[in-house]
Amino acid sequence: MWRDNLTEIIIFTFLFLLVSAMGFVAARWRAPKDMAHLDEWGLGGRSFGGWITWFLVGGDLYTAYTFVAVPALLFGAGAAGFFAVPYTIIVYPIVFLVLVRLWSVSHRHGFVTPADFVRTRFGSPTMALLVAITGIAATMPYIALQLVGIEAVLKTMGVTGESTIARHLPIIIAFAILAAYTYQSGLRAPALIAFVKDSLIYIVILVTVIYLPYKLGGWGKIFDAADAKFQASPAPGDGILLNANNQWQYITLALGSALALFLYPHSLTGVLASRNRDVIRRNMSALPAYTLLLGLIALLGYMAIAAGVTPLPGAKEGSVDNNTIVPLLFDQQFPGWFAGIAFAAIGIGALVPAAIMSIAAANLFTRNIYKEYLRRDASPAQEANVSKIASLVVKVGAVGCIVFLDPQFSIDLQLIGGVIILQTLPAVALGLYTRWFHRGALIAGWIAGMGLGMWMLYQIPGANGRQHFGGSAFSLGEFGFDTTRTVYVGFVAVLVNLLVAVLGTLILRAAKVTDGTDGTTADDYHADAGDPRLVPAARTETGAGAAPEPVA
Amino acid sequence: MPSRRHEQEQPVPANPRARAKDSSPWNWLLFVPIVVPLITPLFNWDAPRLWGFPTFYWLQLAFIVLGVSTTTVVYQMTKRQG
Repeated sequence: MWRDNLTEIIIFTFLFLLVSAMGFVAARWRAPKDMAHLDEWGLGGRSFGGWITWFLVGGDLYTAYTFVAVPALLFGAGAAGFFAVPYTIIVYPIVFLVLVRLWSVSHRHGFVTPADFVRTRFGSPTMALLVAITGIAATMPYIALQLVGIEAVLKTMGVTGESTIARHLPIIIAFAILAAYTYQSGLRAPALIAFVKDSLIYIVILVTVIYLPYKLGGWGKIFDAADAKFQASPAPGDGILLNANNQWQYITLALGSALALFLYPHSLTGVLASRNRDVIRRNMSALPAYTLLLGLIALLGYMAIAAGVTPLPGAKEGSVDNNTIVPLLFDQQFPGWFAGIAFAAIGIGALVPAAIMSIAAANLFTRNIYKEYLRRDASPAQEANVSKIASLVVKVGAVGCIVFLDPQFSIDLQLIGGVIILQTLPAVALGLYTRWFHRGALIAGWIAGMGLGMWMLYQIPGANGRQHFGGSAFSLGEFGFDTTRTVYVGFVAVLVNLLVAVLGTLILRAAKVTDGTDGTTADDYHADAGDPRLVPAARTETGAGAAPEPVA
Repeated sequence: MPSRRHEQEQPVPANPRARAKDSSPWNWLLFVPIVVPLITPLFNWDAPRLWGFPTFYWLQLAFIVLGVSTTTVVYQMTKRQG
């Protein structure tokens, strides 16, 4: 079966090997004298300018899973899946306001992770540990989802076997290569590969949105075909427009996802790696170019409907794998060589974010678990080493998620990931603006939000007769309201988290319970590159050879 | 898109008092692209269509332009002088 797709496989493999080679060479790209420092390996020396940051953050946020799953959502449910567009519009103004403050305070104190910030801001190792664990737990399934994206491509090319090992061998090889060059080059590898990834994706999408509508009879025909499909289907939530039941879901999901996106440790990694505030702010007005791309990619779901694509069967008997519709559309509508390029774009699109995510999770482990609890006096070189090894462990874990669990289960985990990462919002995002919250109240809020979020997700039935964790749309009827309207779980959970944090703070203050001390000053949140008042952190301990200024 | 000249090494500001100014009234403008894309009654319509796109789709894609122009204006008005 794979022989029919030989051209596609050859082009895919060639491009895949090309970027792998780039990944190894990246260690020497813009390299400092020694890579044995977490700032160098994990943050690219905090030196990236406008273009690199643009590709890095873009490559980080728009992943293979986005390219595969968002169109699949539109294919299956219609308008509700388009939430990804408002979500990636509103995220940038939010970041413009909030994350530059985090950049400044991190620059001055040498923070590498959001948990580092919480540790110093609230004087609470416990809350920092919770932030770190939340970050790692939310990131692992996200990496696994990148594999789902590659697998959808491999499946379409016919590269699958019967046994578990044979079916997953290509993924295991791909991830072994990824692990090796991430180990060697750190954040420089995905930063360099991101250029190739995005060039390929732009080419593919431009060709697709011009050529396919022409071939399928125009955009009007495509939307009409989608409309006809949803009119005929019995499901209440689908259609090319929203209905009364899912409007609040759409709004809260877009807002909640935007808030969650920059709480994910890997997005912070991209931001902290930039050279100065200006680079970040300038990028926030340029990055929405990707949103346009995302919106057009999303519409591939409707093109697949118009082209009559039928998804390949899923892992279970009788189920279908909607994730395969975009690869199938390419396979059916394009000549083999171009489909090969398109598949490589998706495959490489998985490597960049997977690398950044594993680095971010590794940094969290190193800074907030290893250095905090296991080895207080770890030198920067030891930190870098632990992070490199942790990044390998994280990737092995992600591959394990795919090989040993049902991929559907990884998708469930990702759903949970978005809800749990939102629970760090009061400590991380609001902490950038106010020190008002009591550290004990933040912990209580985290527990409340997490508990409620899990309970709500557990209540949601899904397709194919699943009882629990079937989606993120929670029916308000479950709370006793007389309605069929649904709302995004993470949004409700974080509101409850905030409420508990506010009440808890009032109570703990009234009871005069000791609070931690704030290690930051108001001035820290405005510091820019070249600031002479860097708080001596790990960097000074390296002695000779390490630049005191992470500039240039 | 970031302009090319910024990719070159920039001189480090020598003035230790050079502080970014976060608290500009221009920042309030950023709430426009945060709020507008969330008002579903604004775009949850099929007609009028544009090049075959229902309003729901083309108007939300147009909000990208709204977002880009707002952040660009705020960035230009608040960036450090010199």
